[in-house]
Amino acid sequence: MNTWSRFNIVSVVIGFSFLYLPIVLLVVFSFNESKLVTVWAGFSIKWYVSLFQNQGLMDAAWVTIRVALISATVATALGTMAALALTRYTRFRGRLLFSGMVYAPLVMPEVITGLSLLLLFVAIGFDRGFVTVTLAHITFSMCFVTVVVQSRLLSFDRSIEEAAMDLGATPVKTFLEVTLPVIAPAVLSGWMLALTLSLDDLVISSFTSGPGATTLPMKIYSQVRLGVTPEINAACTILIGFVAIGVIIASIMTKRREVQRQRDEQAAFAGR
Amino acid sequence: MNKLGSALFSRLVIIIPYAWLLFFFLIPFFIVFRISLSTTAIAQPPYEPVFRLSDGIAGIWGKIGQFSFDNYIWLTQDSLYLNAYLSSLWIAGVSTLITLLIGYPIAYGMAQAPRTLRPTLLMLVILPFWTSFLIRVYAWIAILKPEGLLNQFLLSIGVIDQPLIIMNTNWAIYIGIVYSYLPFMVLPLYSALEKMDNTLIEAAQDLGCPQISAFWKITFPLSIPGVVAGCMLVFIPAVGEFVIPDLLGGSQTLMIGKTLWNEFNANRDWPVSAAVATILLLILVVPIVFFQNAQAKAEEQGR
Repeated sequence: MNTWSRFNIVSVVIGFSFLYLPIVLLVVFSFNESKLVTVWAGFSIKWYVSLFQNQGLMDAAWVTIRVALISATVATALGTMAALALTRYTRFRGRLLFSGMVYAPLVMPEVITGLSLLLLFVAIGFDRGFVTVTLAHITFSMCFVTVVVQSRLLSFDRSIEEAAMDLGATPVKTFLEVTLPVIAPAVLSGWMLALTLSLDDLVISSFTSGPGATTLPMKIYSQVRLGVTPEINAACTILIGFVAIGVIIASIMTKRREVQRQRDEQAAFAGR
Repeated sequence: MNKLGSALFSRLVIIIPYAWLLFFFLIPFFIVFRISLSTTAIAQPPYEPVFRLSDGIAGIWGKIGQFSFDNYIWLTQDSLYLNAYLSSLWIAGVSTLITLLIGYPIAYGMAQAPRTLRPTLLMLVILPFWTSFLIRVYAWIAILKPEGLLNQFLLSIGVIDQPLIIMNTNWAIYIGIVYSYLPFMVLPLYSALEKMDNTLIEAAQDLGCPQISAFWKITFPLSIPGVVAGCMLVFIPAVGEFVIPDLLGGSQTLMIGKTLWNEFNANRDWPVSAAVATILLLILVVPIVFFQNAQAKAEEQGR
């Protein structure tokens, strides 16, 4: 009865080609022999070789990776706490302000966040550099983690937590042994989201970074302004490759866990 | 003991992120506002402080009289800023509308897809979001350039005989915004449409309602929360967008995010850029509050 009409198929296919075509073209032209990004002149990996010899880009990549790993981890901890606060403790003083501060960064234009953080760091006399970029990234990405974890917590059966508490488990123990295993996939995807947001950010990093803490997007941006080169395509392709591998691993893990869970359930029924 | 631990745990869970956001998100806005009232100076940092906490309450009161609204007056006198605000709102509005028109059929098609296919489709919409925003905007430069791939393609199939000039025009900005923000529109629309009870449509059709008017009378009204959320998620960040107008737009394109960036980085006029940011924030407060109410309502329903 629920037939997938031709109109629906066409709109989904066109929509998805619109989403993917630019990325595919970018990847294809990173293997181009010619320096021109738009004329195909044969297959070559020379841009990857020259990319790895570009010390400036390599340094920037290393800074970016460190910032992303630290900020994503701290943001996940803070964001998960905020999600718990919003879903489990519905009444506390200043909750409205709190939820406002969680949702506003999701849509706040980056120029505003970046400028305001910069002025904060200047006002408290904090030298700009690696630490300030990391603090800034934690601040904007934790709210995305909160939203992801919160949606999982809302669909969570609270009676399990209550049962654990009634049986004498401390709140910390309940959280670690009951809640966390259930929300773990959401926490993990929150972490990955925070990681990519951090790897990706240009505007906030530019405002809050100082000498010696140039991130990869800042480097790419300054080169793009000078002109489009296949080297940038190669750098982008590697980044896309990392993301693709991460997503594939994550989906395989979820699938395997799902299969395992079904097997456990069947075993439990069979044992009865 | 247990009770004490419980109280402590819940306190910490609330206080730590609360304090973090207060310090790194809310307080900076007050600093921006404070600096927008100060005057430019050739110094490091390049502004004259209006007041310091060390002045004490009396000192602060004394200095409130000296607040300088010069920066705001400056903004109203130079038509550049007014035009930049207006054209940002216009560009963001048009782009949001186009994104909705493109995103709705996609979300609808996904929601109608066979149940087994839906998680894959959802994954495919989210996937581009994980690749860098900068990369996705960058990819369009090679496509839209006068000698770019789009023009090569259109010339070769003979649709046009002269390259289209899209790059460095507002059209390029529209394309860039629609492309970059499309997943933000599709996701809330999809989650609204997917929850919909298909039997309502069937009932309407059984009672003789044509398919199209069934859509307008049932499906669309029920999807309005998704439409609102999607439009806000696109419109609000698009108003302050910097990367897209800077890389795809031309020199004549005015958008406030770009103006603020230039004021700050090129002219090094911190007080004026703080004033620009303050006004932008005031403009966006209404849609942001609207968005938060919609979010809070969705959260209530999810409970």
